[in-house]
Amino acid sequence: MTEIVLISGKGGTGKTSIAAAFSYLAGQDIVLADCDVDAADLHLLMQPDFNIAQNFYSGHIAEVNADICNQCGRCVEVCRFGAITVMNGQYGVEHLNCEGCGYCSRICPTNAIMMKNQNVGKWFISNTRLGSSMVHACLGIGAENSGKLVAQVKKEAKRIAGELHRDFVLVDGSPGIGCPVISSLSGSDFVVLITEPTVSGLHDLKRVFEMVKKFHIRAACIINKFDLNLKITSEIEDFLKQENIIHLVNIAFDDSFTKAMIKGQTVVEFSQRNFQQILTESWEKIKKITKTGGKKE
Amino acid sequence: MDSCRLALISATIKGINMKIAIASGKGGTGKTTISTNLASYFAEIRKVVLTDLDVEEPNSVLFFKCEHVRDEDKFKMIPKWEGECSLCGLCQEVCNFHAVLQLGRQIMIFPELCHSCYACSELCPDSALPMTPQKIGILRHFQNNRLSIVESRLDIGQEQVTPLIAQTKKYIDDYFPKDFIKIYDSPPGTSCPVIEAIKDADYVILVTEPTPFGLHDLKIAVETVRYLNKKFGVVINRNGVGNADVTKFCHNKNIPILAKIPNDRQIAELYSRGKLIYTKIPEVKQQLVCIENHLHGFLDRDEL
Amino acid sequence: MKIAFTTKGSTWDSKMDPRFGRTEYILIYDDEKDKFSVFDNRENSNEAYGAGPLTAQKLFELNPDVLITGNGPGGNAATVLGKSDMKIYIGASDLCVKEAFEAYQKGELEEF
Repeated sequence: MTEIVLISGKGGTGKTSIAAAFSYLAGQDIVLADCDVDAADLHLLMQPDFNIAQNFYSGHIAEVNADICNQCGRCVEVCRFGAITVMNGQYGVEHLNCEGCGYCSRICPTNAIMMKNQNVGKWFISNTRLGSSMVHACLGIGAENSGKLVAQVKKEAKRIAGELHRDFVLVDGSPGIGCPVISSLSGSDFVVLITEPTVSGLHDLKRVFEMVKKFHIRAACIINKFDLNLKITSEIEDFLKQENIIHLVNIAFDDSFTKAMIKGQTVVEFSQRNFQQILTESWEKIKKITKTGGKKE
Repeated sequence: MDSCRLALISATIKGINMKIAIASGKGGTGKTTISTNLASYFAEIRKVVLTDLDVEEPNSVLFFKCEHVRDEDKFKMIPKWEGECSLCGLCQEVCNFHAVLQLGRQIMIFPELCHSCYACSELCPDSALPMTPQKIGILRHFQNNRLSIVESRLDIGQEQVTPLIAQTKKYIDDYFPKDFIKIYDSPPGTSCPVIEAIKDADYVILVTEPTPFGLHDLKIAVETVRYLNKKFGVVINRNGVGNADVTKFCHNKNIPILAKIPNDRQIAELYSRGKLIYTKIPEVKQQLVCIENHLHGFLDRDEL
Repeated sequence: MKIAFTTKGSTWDSKMDPRFGRTEYILIYDDEKDKFSVFDNRENSNEAYGAGPLTAQKLFELNPDVLITGNGPGGNAATVLGKSDMKIYIGASDLCVKEAFEAYQKGELEEF
């Protein structure tokens, strides 16, 4: 069972649309994992049925029991995050500031502060309108995106792929270069980078690839909207050669991406003519490369 | 110079601190396009500092030719094991993030896991864990006439974003007086780092696109700014590329639409080359004027 | 000799867990006594932060001579494991414990 992750560094490059398109082409071969948990959009194209829903807990939040609190103020002295609030003599905790370190709870002389498990979001196991399984999640507002929810989504997706004997787990990865991306990449067999020929796009591609290098995973790249700037497309292609990244395909700027989204379809369904061939070729290429041993050392 | 611009100037001269955060639920909607163009436009007649708080992927500076003013390494505090340790193991017990472990006769510290709560350091009976600075990134300060640009870059492999955002904001507060208009380009999404970026703003501009993804993520972003009790408005970028659902949503929820930037291939091409747009496309400049007028109106209501 | 495995279950037939920090179980096989012991690592694997170092700390305490795992420990965990003398072998991801042991004996696994 092979795990393929799509990442982009920068948002708006078309990663989620392309993930959905591959998912359509792959049909029952895959289990889909939406790991973009901060701003999950893949479900808008896949229409999952939210069959199983679970609360997700990560970290802790302090809670003051006003009945036991003697207003000594020690908690305010030790809190480095300004999370203890005092209103009309009553001590409380500002959720958005509390890091869950537990220092206040530990030193409270009357044991008035408890650390509670924090419900930071929900994760779901669904069947998509294409008949495939999908694991997805959403993080609550202000939650710390530690990568744990991403890990949970991937773990479930792998488990289901094992049970249903699916060949691939296809991951719509997180943007950026931090914890959730690290979690998206961890344990993967192959990375597909989706980029666009803009100054920002190239800059962010290079930064995220530095992250990918640490994992020693083989990588390929799709340049979306390539005709927007042929000069930068060429610079990206040079970068790909230099770093031994497989150049999968260039896709021309096409408002089908948006039109398909509005209809709740993947781009392949919306415009077979423009996308069926090039995306099928890309997906077949990915399958071929990963069969011959994806990881590089 | 029209009366609206004069009013805006007079407001800032009166020392009303103006912190404007530019945010979005979804990445790639055009936050940086709006923040760079708006900052440049304001800076035509007023002192502005544009701060790029997307510390994982900062790319505002790319749009300007500017002079380098200074760099500052940025640090977070982590414990360092030294001195006479009795191996009591209390440090491991009090660390909720498992950043401190006792292994036999040794205490090990994992810097990326440390949240700098100081518990282990301050509770250690032997004072064997003094807090020391560890580099997490670099702040870079540039200038182009009246426009100052500050960005921070997280070191690759650093896991926590929020401490660097907090320190960058502090740099702005320390170095730039009240008569500067302060614009903050925040990271995408609605999690911890975004909260840190926008929580001190006087006004938040949410940038979205008129598509299903844009609308879905805008709703989450609106929940976020409402939770923080922030005054906010929406800018619709690439207007015309999708449908009218975002506009309908804003009207239904009484959310002001500050501007609509048209969907235009020429705009996309200018952006791809790292160029500012409003200087080349009058329609875009007109939309920036609308944003300015609205902010002037907002300030007026809040003046005593 | 004591050999540790990162596993998804507690028997010879269980599948190996390819992950280190978030492995569900640690199986220890004593080849002299032909005996198994199992450590349930799920509490560690569920931690939001520091799963790697915590699991490594557990291994440090259990002190096997050899560790057999899948992808290998991440940076922090590897630093902890480096404090002990145990030899670490990777590449057993898709095998069951019995197969992983045989692969190790035949020298088919890669040393970390």
